Amino acid sequence: MKGGMVRGRSLSPASSRIAAWIAGALAVLCLALVNVGVYTYRIDFYFTGILVVVMINIILAVSLNLINGFTGQFSLGHAGFMAVGAYASALLTIYMEWPFPVVLIGAGIISALIGFLIGLPTLRLRGDYLAIATLGFGEIVRVVILNLKITGGPRGLGGIAPKTTFFIAEIVAILTVIIFSNIVKSSHGRAFVAIREDEIAAEAMGIDTTKYKVLAFSIGAAFAGIAGALFAHHQMFIDPRSFTFTRSIEILVMVVLGGLGSISGSIVAATVLTILPEALRGIAQYRMIAYALLLIGLMLIRPQGLFGTKEIGDLFRLGQRQGNEGRRAQADGGEGQ
Amino acid sequence: MAALAFLGEGEDVAPVIQEILQQLVNGISLGSIYALVALGYTMVYGIIKLINFAHGDIYMIGAFTGYFAIKIFHLPFLPALVVAMVVAACLGILIERLAYRPLRNSTRIAALITAIGVSFLIQNVALLIWQPNPRAFPDVFPFRSYDLWGVYIDNRQLLILGVSVLLMIVLHYVVHYTNIGRAMRAVALDDDAARLMGIDVDKVISFTFAIGSALAAAGGVLVGVYYNRIDPMMGTMPGLKAFVAAVLGGIGIIPGAMLGGLVMGVAEVMVVALTESTWKDAVAFAILIIILLVRPAGIMGRRVREKV
Repeated sequence: MKGGMVRGRSLSPASSRIAAWIAGALAVLCLALVNVGVYTYRIDFYFTGILVVVMINIILAVSLNLINGFTGQFSLGHAGFMAVGAYASALLTIYMEWPFPVVLIGAGIISALIGFLIGLPTLRLRGDYLAIATLGFGEIVRVVILNLKITGGPRGLGGIAPKTTFFIAEIVAILTVIIFSNIVKSSHGRAFVAIREDEIAAEAMGIDTTKYKVLAFSIGAAFAGIAGALFAHHQMFIDPRSFTFTRSIEILVMVVLGGLGSISGSIVAATVLTILPEALRGIAQYRMIAYALLLIGLMLIRPQGLFGTKEIGDLFRLGQRQGNEGRRAQADGGEGQ
Repeated sequence: MAALAFLGEGEDVAPVIQEILQQLVNGISLGSIYALVALGYTMVYGIIKLINFAHGDIYMIGAFTGYFAIKIFHLPFLPALVVAMVVAACLGILIERLAYRPLRNSTRIAALITAIGVSFLIQNVALLIWQPNPRAFPDVFPFRSYDLWGVYIDNRQLLILGVSVLLMIVLHYVVHYTNIGRAMRAVALDDDAARLMGIDVDKVISFTFAIGSALAAAGGVLVGVYYNRIDPMMGTMPGLKAFVAAVLGGIGIIPGAMLGGLVMGVAEVMVVALTESTWKDAVAFAILIIILLVRPAGIMGRRVREKV
């Protein structure tokens, strides 16, 4: 931050790339330390479990960010896709006994298909209607699971082999981050951002908005499903109560806190919001109140989230970006009629 | 649970019709409560284009206020209803002032996230103070059932119908024949123009929240009387269903919310009668998705072209 203030405008893309490399290197270092901790048993079994949940939450937050942050749609049904992935993967493991990587991919494909089917009609709706429709989808998934025999109904589904190790969760999370960083930098990613900034203008520029919205939605759903599969094979037991609306809100809080449109923001927020409640065990009953206040406070004070649409690397070149950010904030303000 | 013998061959038709009428009575009672809650959604959406997620929780607060008014202060039913409506109205104004007003010029998504936050805040504070276990609502009206040619209607259903119809008539009068009602319609139509005509838009919005919240509280108290139990989470599902009812009728349209509420209530009761009761929560959302696909403007709404 300080370096950027001094040199300001003179920072070229090259130096920002260096900053990004530094940020990346720091992340790799942290991850390496955690790995050493896990494999030398300095980090105990219990905390390793929490780290697995951190990885799962990173996948969930990053994938929801593609829909809500980059494409500017508003999905409240992420827990629904997570549930689809969790149950699909559990059933594949129990009845088909497929190897775990194949199960993960299968869960992703099934969730993506359902995301496609749900997205195709509902994404024609604007912002707040989409929010309600996806919320409704999440509830329908829950009710269907409650009523099916094969899912065990309200009693849940147990006896799932514990196949999610820290190593697998970590690899999948890293792959997710790499894939999503590449998506948002690709021409598809630019189309997503164009839709977020101004859907009508994007359409006028020849972007097939429906296609790209459905694409973002399906990709997000796929990875939510994979996260659900990891979750199922970590908990070894799943029931519909794990995938309520509250879960969708938890993921949303991570995305909003980190910044709608910032992958590194989602990673940081998912990590903090998973570890912090564990550290503050004594006041666990205040957790949802704290989340609620966090949401309201963020919207009132810093609606763009901690990082806004920036990535960690961008923080090092403040001067040049601030102009853009200011203009964006104005554009956002005018849009809300 | 009453399973309908719809398709039994060679059966007498009369019991089937009786059963349908019975479910219709039950559905309309439930639907009037949805309608009361839906009115708040539709009025707030009509004026500031915000889905007030906290509306279902205001309904819950209304039910709890009624509960305490009757149980602790030993008020009779009607004064307790009025107290609950006033408390909820104040809460509605407070929420609007503190959480929504500062965001009026920001994006709709920011406002929506705030509304979700407010809803979660109320719900979890209530859970903390009042504990999650349900409480028995005081038995203000000893259960009495009347037999109308085989169709049973009880005094609580009559109460719900009476109170809802009365409140809707009052609402209709306020919206159409008073100055503040005229101002509300003006702001809903075009807030900038209304401001230029000298209407205090902030005051009108506060008033809208007050009325909507009061109606939701009335719904909450009536549900307490009807089902005899209340708990801090009771607002979530009816809140969402009432929102669906508002969309179904055409959001922003007051008679639409009433119609939508009734349709929702009847549909839900019919599904419970025909299948397992566990499916009832899916009905609302299935209706929502269908209506959004087939006729997004709602039953009574007109299609509005999006201007560039």
